[in-house]
Amino acid sequence: MSKPNPTDRLYSRDHEWVKDNGDGTAIIGITDYAQEMLTDIVFVELPEIGKVVAKSEPVAVVESVKSVSDVYAPVSGEVIDVNKKLENTPELINQDAFGEGWLVKMRLSDAGELKMLLSAADYEQMLKEEKH
Amino acid sequence: MKKTPLYEKHVALNAKIIDFGGWAMPVQYTNVINEHRATRGAAGLFDICHMGEIEVKGPQALDLLQLVLTRNLADQTPGQVKLSALLNEEGGIIDDLTVYKLDENSYMLVTNATPKDRDWQWIKSIQRDKGFDCSLKDISDTMGKLDLQGPLSEEILQKLTKADLKTLRFYHFCESPVIGFPAIISRSGYTGEDGFEIYAAADIIGNIWDELIIAGAQSGLKPAGLGARDTLRLEAGMMLNGQDMNESVSPLEVPYSWIVDAHKEFVGKTALMARKNSGIGNKLVGIEMTGRGIARHGYKVFHGGKEIGIVTSGTFSPTLSKAIGLAFVDMVYSAPDTQITVAIRDTMTPAKIVKLPFYKRSK
Repeated sequence: MSKPNPTDRLYSRDHEWVKDNGDGTAIIGITDYAQEMLTDIVFVELPEIGKVVAKSEPVAVVESVKSVSDVYAPVSGEVIDVNKKLENTPELINQDAFGEGWLVKMRLSDAGELKMLLSAADYEQMLKEEKH
Repeated sequence: MKKTPLYEKHVALNAKIIDFGGWAMPVQYTNVINEHRATRGAAGLFDICHMGEIEVKGPQALDLLQLVLTRNLADQTPGQVKLSALLNEEGGIIDDLTVYKLDENSYMLVTNATPKDRDWQWIKSIQRDKGFDCSLKDISDTMGKLDLQGPLSEEILQKLTKADLKTLRFYHFCESPVIGFPAIISRSGYTGEDGFEIYAAADIIGNIWDELIIAGAQSGLKPAGLGARDTLRLEAGMMLNGQDMNESVSPLEVPYSWIVDAHKEFVGKTALMARKNSGIGNKLVGIEMTGRGIARHGYKVFHGGKEIGIVTSGTFSPTLSKAIGLAFVDMVYSAPDTQITVAIRDTMTPAKIVKLPFYKRSK
């Protein structure tokens, strides 16, 4: 069973979470549900700091033993930090997707995009519907 | 999708089911790494009922098999298993299959799941053309198959059979009941570990599955899916038909020269010898990533900026904790330790050619 989705952040339909820092930056990761679907994560490709990505463009790649999955930027902006720990311990995403397993920090180019994301409750509702 | 007799058991175990060549098969029950490690460290149990079995019986059974298969079977003894290749007229690999000699004039061929019907039609057409006095029977639907693989396989299976497994040698089999049901127990597999391939009637194969799960519970046996089967075979340097080879590839380009006997006649030999004489251009080799990244099926391989080949299989090796793969490369660049690069998305990532296998078990 997935861990509960924290209510202090927003969610995309592609199973990413966005934690708004309130200073024009946000932390981005994948949800616990996503890591459960991917199972054993063995490799993470992170973007270079300074890279500018548009919403819905690939911002990172997460690989399990069997699969290669793009992580799409849930918001537009510039990458200002990446979770370097994932280079040697990609399993942090499996262990703590909402915490230690974060992927990138971005400076938002359009804070208005946050309004298009889902609340934790809406995301959970979406998961329920997906399962049916 | 076709379902094996064990399908409901996989669903009950909450397995992730995928379409494998038209079969609904479990790719993993928990995760690939767990199941992989259980197999290397204790035992893994695999549903292999999707694979094909063809019986060949009659006075000229051997004559037919000698003609359609590349391996010389003249010295095969009853109770022995031999890996062989089935070629088309152009010398390309239709299938790599195992030959079980049940008795004089009686054989069972074990084929890959996807090419089974193709194998059947090809062998049947040659039998008809040549008028060999033997019968062919596709028994795939009534025959179940389980692979029990890993160092503790023998002690687990021994609880369920009176056959003396200690004396059963590698690539040999015996016909002996398992939990009272007639079965073929073969010491062989596709993981690089000690282990067994067990054949029994499809309608009772589930009983054997259940009893093995119980018998192995204390030893750490786990059901294992096709995901672990793939990483296990790749570490052991074994190829996957349809992925690392296909009908355009000959046994001389992949590590299968040893199953070709040029001293006998077989279908595809003329073309194969012509290929050999004109020089083999490409070769399937092992690769290991030295830079960050995992090579995957279809990625391009380069040497000094020049494209020299393509990755056919690639994964993260759970045992070695590094990225490994198989690649078809230009013969010129196929020597071990040759530095290459693999195009992973936008990045040219360093790798090198290595000897196969990647993993060999300690005896």
